[in-house]
Amino acid sequence: MSDEIIQFGLYVPPHPHPLLAPDANPGYKRLREAYDQCKDRIEKSDADIIIVYSTTWPSIIGHQFQANPNSEWVHVDDDFHYMGSMPYSFTMDSEFAARCVEKAESRGLQARTVNYDAFPIDTGSITALSLLNPDNRIPSTIVSSNMYANRSETIVLGKSIRDALIETGKKAVVVVVSSLSNRMFTEPIDPIDDRIHSQKDDDWNRKILEFFEGGRLEDLSQLSREIHGQIRVQKVVAYKPAWWMASTMGQHNNYTGEVLAYEALHGSGGAVIQLTPSHGSMGDKEFDEDDVEYYHGDRDVLDKGGTP
Amino acid sequence: MPKGKIVLGTLAPHPPHVVYAENPEQNEPISEGGWETLRWGYNRLARKLEKIDYDVMVVFTPHWQTYIGTHFLGLPRFASKSVDPIFPNIFRYSYDLKVDVELSELMCKKASESGLITRMMTNPDFRVDYGTITSCHMLNPKWDKPIITISSNRSTHYYSPEVMIEQALALGKACSEAIEESGKKVVLVSSHSLSHRHFVTESPLPEDMSRERIYNHSQYVWDMALIDLFREGKMREAIDIMPEFTEQTIAETEGGGLIWMMGAMGMPDYPAEIYGYQSVIGTGNCIAAWVPEANKREIVL
Ligand SMILES: [Fe+2]
Repeated sequence: MSDEIIQFGLYVPPHPHPLLAPDANPGYKRLREAYDQCKDRIEKSDADIIIVYSTTWPSIIGHQFQANPNSEWVHVDDDFHYMGSMPYSFTMDSEFAARCVEKAESRGLQARTVNYDAFPIDTGSITALSLLNPDNRIPSTIVSSNMYANRSETIVLGKSIRDALIETGKKAVVVVVSSLSNRMFTEPIDPIDDRIHSQKDDDWNRKILEFFEGGRLEDLSQLSREIHGQIRVQKVVAYKPAWWMASTMGQHNNYTGEVLAYEALHGSGGAVIQLTPSHGSMGDKEFDEDDVEYYHGDRDVLDKGGTP
Repeated sequence: MPKGKIVLGTLAPHPPHVVYAENPEQNEPISEGGWETLRWGYNRLARKLEKIDYDVMVVFTPHWQTYIGTHFLGLPRFASKSVDPIFPNIFRYSYDLKVDVELSELMCKKASESGLITRMMTNPDFRVDYGTITSCHMLNPKWDKPIITISSNRSTHYYSPEVMIEQALALGKACSEAIEESGKKVVLVSSHSLSHRHFVTESPLPEDMSRERIYNHSQYVWDMALIDLFREGKMREAIDIMPEFTEQTIAETEGGGLIWMMGAMGMPDYPAEIYGYQSVIGTGNCIAAWVPEANKREIVL
């Protein structure tokens, strides 16, 4: 279908409702249908691998790549356990995961594969892979989201995955698992009453969706810090998904963007979005932060004080 | 029936490294040891607990994170394998534990009556978090007492540290009412570290103690400031500086464990027993215990 190493990118929500309760709310159903559409598109693509970046898999020791060829278990979500269990069986491409680690290390990152029986794959990755690749037609790998990583580290991580794709000649579909606005209701709700937590969150989500629709991924990457401040509950240091996605997909604004669904998931903004590399650019922002090629680690600012 | 009571409350850090270092048969990876200061402290506290008459251990954990209220384990038995998503190389632990569902439900009910959002967790496939398992294994390696795990609601991030503190204190009070009504003797476990800045690299041998140290001096100073207050029995003051402590040391205290425990124990004004302090992959970990009955209190360290 296409020679692009990135066949297309998907941005999908982490919460399990489209998988476990698609009929509980028409919005959940629309998200589910959007997932199903993406599943068909993956089937029709030339993708050799699905690479998932999940905001619900934190790591501390650098960046972890899921490498268990038979990742199997029954997962239960911490909050939504009453909605049911999530059995999974995923085929991971251990060779490709190892290649990603090699490439990440060559760019200064700490990285490792994880290949352990019963490893707890996270809710977001399970939801995405179960719906997008139900028969394991294409092998995948999942990359963690390091708790301490900020922009430069995340950009370099994306580039190293790109390096691995170029070197192996594999074609990929990349999947970012993340909410837009991530503020949920802090009390139980009747699913039928679900809505975006606040008008402000909804306004911001819609603005972000405009950028996605315009294919302006690099612009979103440049806006990450603003997005983090405006619509993200401050659980982690930064909103990293757009950095990772932009960097893995080539750092430009030349994509055909399509928002397949945008709905509330217990108050958070859940969208299924597709970005396909294309030609012709719009709305390039001036790149206002360094385009990092190699990660040099902590700057040890604290240890340098007072030394000549 | 006599009123139930809290017989001991412990701050019990849960770096999986200490279980790994102990080499119990439940854990797959094999180590050459490590982190003795913490482990020997834990061993001593475990020996003390063997001599204390109690019915159930109630654990508050930052690794069962819930956004929609506070959740309680609600089935009599959970058996599975716990693999740490962050340190899977050192923690793959098969567990088989009993839960005191009766007391868990009563705590949930009391918390709900006090205005908190609550839910019982009754999905049999649920995997108990590694924080609970690590703390419980170190405190009672025989696993011969039932436990209850309480999730940590993320209100620090969703609202503010002040809201979290108010909710954790209310939860503690509700739990203590439930304990009194149950007639049971209970050990409370606040499962978390103090300062929580990790190194993001690991030595080839994780237990290589020549590489272990606190992340930086500032974290150490904050930990010591808090431990001094523990020693002096100034828990009100400790809770008062908690928002700043948490911010400066990105500590797991943001989950509210220690505050919950202090709320349940009526804000102790007596010295804590200190069993050890050591860094694990850069984080600061202190084992401490508060014993309400003065004649059972010791000076340990
Ligand atoms: Fe922890």
